[in-house]
Amino acid sequence: MSDTPSEHVPLRLRLAAKGIDGVTLLVLPLVVALILLFVYPFLYGLWLSFRPKDGSLLGNYAKFFSDPFLYETVGKTLWLAIPVTVINLVVAIPVALRVRLMRRQRVLTTILVLPITLGTVLVAEGMLNYFGPQGWFNRVLLTALGPQGWFNGPLMDVFGPHGWFDQTLMMGPLMTAPLISGPLKLVHNYTGVLLSLVITGFPFTFLLVLSYLTGIDPALEKAAATLGAGPGSRFRHIIMPLLLPGLAVTFCLGFVQAYSVFPSAVLLGAPSGPTRVISIAAYEAAFEQYDYSLASAIAMIMGVTLLLVVIAVLGARTLVYRGPAGGGKG
Amino acid sequence: MASTLSTFKSLRLNRVGRDFGRLNALKELDFSIERGEFVALLGPSGCGKSTALNCIAGLLSTTRGSIWLDETRIDTMGPEERGFGMVFQNYALFPHMSVRDNIGFGLKMRGVPKADAAKRIDQAIATVRLEAQAEKLPGQLSGGQQQRVAIARAIVIEPPVVLMDEPLSNLDAKLRLEMRQEIRRIHAGLGSITLYVTHDQDEAMSLADRIVVLRDGEVRQIGTPEDLYLRPARLDVADFMGFRNRIPGRVVARSGDHIILDVAGTEFAGTLRSSLTGDSAIAVVRPDDMSVGETGLAATVEACEYRGRHFFGSAKAPGGIELFFRAPAAYRPGTPVKLAADPSRVLVYEGATP
Repeated sequence: MSDTPSEHVPLRLRLAAKGIDGVTLLVLPLVVALILLFVYPFLYGLWLSFRPKDGSLLGNYAKFFSDPFLYETVGKTLWLAIPVTVINLVVAIPVALRVRLMRRQRVLTTILVLPITLGTVLVAEGMLNYFGPQGWFNRVLLTALGPQGWFNGPLMDVFGPHGWFDQTLMMGPLMTAPLISGPLKLVHNYTGVLLSLVITGFPFTFLLVLSYLTGIDPALEKAAATLGAGPGSRFRHIIMPLLLPGLAVTFCLGFVQAYSVFPSAVLLGAPSGPTRVISIAAYEAAFEQYDYSLASAIAMIMGVTLLLVVIAVLGARTLVYRGPAGGGKG
Repeated sequence: MASTLSTFKSLRLNRVGRDFGRLNALKELDFSIERGEFVALLGPSGCGKSTALNCIAGLLSTTRGSIWLDETRIDTMGPEERGFGMVFQNYALFPHMSVRDNIGFGLKMRGVPKADAAKRIDQAIATVRLEAQAEKLPGQLSGGQQQRVAIARAIVIEPPVVLMDEPLSNLDAKLRLEMRQEIRRIHAGLGSITLYVTHDQDEAMSLADRIVVLRDGEVRQIGTPEDLYLRPARLDVADFMGFRNRIPGRVVARSGDHIILDVAGTEFAGTLRSSLTGDSAIAVVRPDDMSVGETGLAATVEACEYRGRHFFGSAKAPGGIELFFRAPAAYRPGTPVKLAADPSRVLVYEGATP
């Protein structure tokens, strides 16, 4: 009897050493779902986009880029999605800076998550009422600052013709008409869509920024403070550089959401004018002209423009420090 | 802040207190530190020592009292105005800056001219012996090297006070001993005040000129390492300074400091270290001073550990008293022994009835 063990290593162990074991099977349902629900429709759409009605290979793309009614949708969508994403980020950072120090964060974050759960259509309906010509917002504004508003008289007395500025300081009237003469037009135009995208996109942006910010070791700021850095310097030299990579990711996710805007562009915007976004063009091609091939091409163009922006932002991200945001040994 | 360094004389805490809600984390801290002194704040976790350090650094506001650097009241200033150097427990190095930039950060914030700053950074890097690592990011350094960067960053601004919050607790034992010497050497070269927070009594004794023992947010004793080692003022300080044997007994005789206790029928002599009203007392002895002899407290060995040059035994005396002692040989559990100690090494404090 030899006590030399067999050199043969069972297949199961060799596979496990490469990271393949029974647990790997748990990923299978997702892989199947991805292939059926994403990979196949995508490839099918790509194929379809090269089979336009006129029979040429690139007919759809030629049509898209020669028809201003179509190619202008890219610019219009970008003109909505980029400002929305930037506004959300710029507002989220200072709020998150304060909220991360609060003890009752959960209450606030719960309240902020609500607009996400409500869905865009409900928000749009609410905004139509609230920001509409007869809505609360305009009524309050008019009551305060309109021609018959509470503050119009006093304001006119000071800044209007024959007012204090005009008479006493001899600087001429600064106001010749009421600040607001009628209801502000806040819906059924660009502003409406912008506002709705900010309302629905902000909580998401905020929560992401908050989590990135909480990932920065608070001891770093303390260290900077003891080294003589005031609040402004601490933000500029410590927080911002460590937050930038997270902001880039947040920008991409927020941008992707805003770029594919559809319901609020239709409900709150001017869907045949300034807010004719690219998804509306794709919708019209598919369900009004029944040209699935053109619709697929538009969807592909949408995907490519999205990808270009995301690649540009993530590419810029590689230029900054991306390591851990802790100050200890890692 | 170099001008402050050249002229200041002392840091004074005047009845400083800090509450967290209803918790009285720091009761009344009242002591002053002279220039050039190395002072350790020593205490178990939760005793308020880190709170005290953060109050001095300005990272926590105080609830009561005031802090003075000579005649300047500093507890009302923000941390960035105090100009103290602080070394954090987790080092808190800026992960996106090179070692050089980390060390130079304080100089940059002070608007020190570039050429002057570069010279001082080079000097600080040389002090902590990190010349080869200057351009690396903190993430590429070992724990000990990160520790050195943290120290260099704190001292390059030439602060009047250097605060260290358990700076060695994340290092392995060998590196800890090396860094102790480094810290001592750097302190000697600076001529400023170093205030060092630790829970390790060995570390405090080997580094500090003076030790402040804190417990439950209160100062229990302030003294030189020798004072604390030989003459702890209170039972809880003795407990913290390594007097592990607690032997309750009844007083049978006393003349001056010399006192004799009756412990479970055996006489046990010691030195009285507190006032005494009743006839019950507690004697404390270090395990190293407790040895096996012909006479002494009868006990039964429970365990014996190998400690290199000797053995470390634990035994149980009648009445459930646990005794730790230095054993010359490995005793088997169950062996009866007699344990005795030199009366000058036995400290007796007033205590509850056994």
